[in-house]
Amino acid sequence: MIEAGDNNSADLCAVAPMGLLAELTHRCPLQCPYCSNPMELERSSGELSTEDWARIFKEAGELGILQTHLSGGEPTVRKDLEEILKAAVDAGIYTNLITAGVLLSRERLEGLVDIGLDHVQLSVQHVDAKLADKIAGFKGGYSKKVELAKWVKELGLPLTVNSPMHRHNVEYLEEIIEFAVKLGAERLEVAHIQYYGWAFENRHTLIPTKEQVYRNADTVDEARERLKGIMSIDFVVPDYYAVRPKPCMGGWGSSFMTISPTGKVLPCHAAASIKGLEFENVKDRHLRDIWLHSSSFNKYRGTDYLPDPCKSCEFREIDFGGCRCQAFMFTGDAKNTDPACSKSSFHKDLLEIAERESKLEPKEFLYRKFTKQPQPTK
Amino acid sequence: MTKTRLIVETNTTPALPRFVKLRHDKGRDRWIMLAPERILTPDPIAVEVLNLCDGEKTVSEISIHMAEIYNAPIDVIEKDIKAMLQDLADKGFLIS
Repeated sequence: MIEAGDNNSADLCAVAPMGLLAELTHRCPLQCPYCSNPMELERSSGELSTEDWARIFKEAGELGILQTHLSGGEPTVRKDLEEILKAAVDAGIYTNLITAGVLLSRERLEGLVDIGLDHVQLSVQHVDAKLADKIAGFKGGYSKKVELAKWVKELGLPLTVNSPMHRHNVEYLEEIIEFAVKLGAERLEVAHIQYYGWAFENRHTLIPTKEQVYRNADTVDEARERLKGIMSIDFVVPDYYAVRPKPCMGGWGSSFMTISPTGKVLPCHAAASIKGLEFENVKDRHLRDIWLHSSSFNKYRGTDYLPDPCKSCEFREIDFGGCRCQAFMFTGDAKNTDPACSKSSFHKDLLEIAERESKLEPKEFLYRKFTKQPQPTK
Repeated sequence: MTKTRLIVETNTTPALPRFVKLRHDKGRDRWIMLAPERILTPDPIAVEVLNLCDGEKTVSEISIHMAEIYNAPIDVIEKDIKAMLQDLADKGFLIS
């Protein structure tokens, strides 16, 4: 059996996407300093309507989307989440609610389950309540999360606990694993933060040492063996300490798309960080048209555009040269090899930064929040 | 509420949990299993086995059925089916 994203087809037009990250809103009660939303958050006044999302999911189902992640921000901020969920369920799409879990009541969750919600992914910032609330910038969040996890299990839904890893919880991995088992989670995601956007701004305060990351890897190996058939664990190292780059999005425009709160259709949730890319809005065109014909999706599709060292590399069709956003951030050109790859001439800089910053005294977090100026709308 | 690992034996009565959905992917003309953050693509024989996993039939009964259809030795079939189901159980996608 193979995982999603398993295609090397040259005929990209024949390849339909399988996953859709639906960022329903950028509003969120939490302010995690590593939030994966862009630095320029989209305001609620520009958010897509219920009808827009209903149309999106209809088109997505027809296009071949099999799974959706209802995310944000915090998706439960939207009062019409029920109607949006129903549209996804009606389109036959497997639905995953990615939530901070601090706003949901048991009644509302029960309603979502009745509509057909398949899975809940709950963020847990730390096993220590005080530290968890400090990282999230939200008092009392931790205990609400524990309560939500209990309801998810009572209502018979599978639960994924998502604990993004960084310097402030890296030494607590064993406790996080035990905590997730106690909550009854079927899955635990302990992906180390990747340093884009907000996390990039906080990198000096968040990045762990290489030794800490390697110890995490050993802990995960041991726990996976012990918890076989009880809880599965997904573990990701920070790119800065990787040798091979991650096959980002399973290849650009290959199997995945993101739709932002205002309707921008993105090849990945961070794609707006690449200057010069133009994104289409789902309000203007059919989703299939955008997938097949938009310049942003076509620009980095396949591997033909990759220069050396990717061009002559045997791993080209395995990792697709890594992440376009990181290549842009470090080399100034998104076409280049991701510096996470040891074959990139920028790789040593990445490692040097990580090793130096991981030993610095942590500063105060720059919390994620809306900036004062309203952002220009297109 | 301590969970334990499901060990697939001859007398196990396997079933898919509610959150694992086996369905036909019309656009790509293949069967898929949808699970949290995962899409599996079982081959046609695996799909036949999975359709027999109703929580009532035992692994032994499923194996006999499959051995008859494919006119194959039962011990080989049962060993393959057990391995396949154990793999699913260890991913958390099988209950009994």
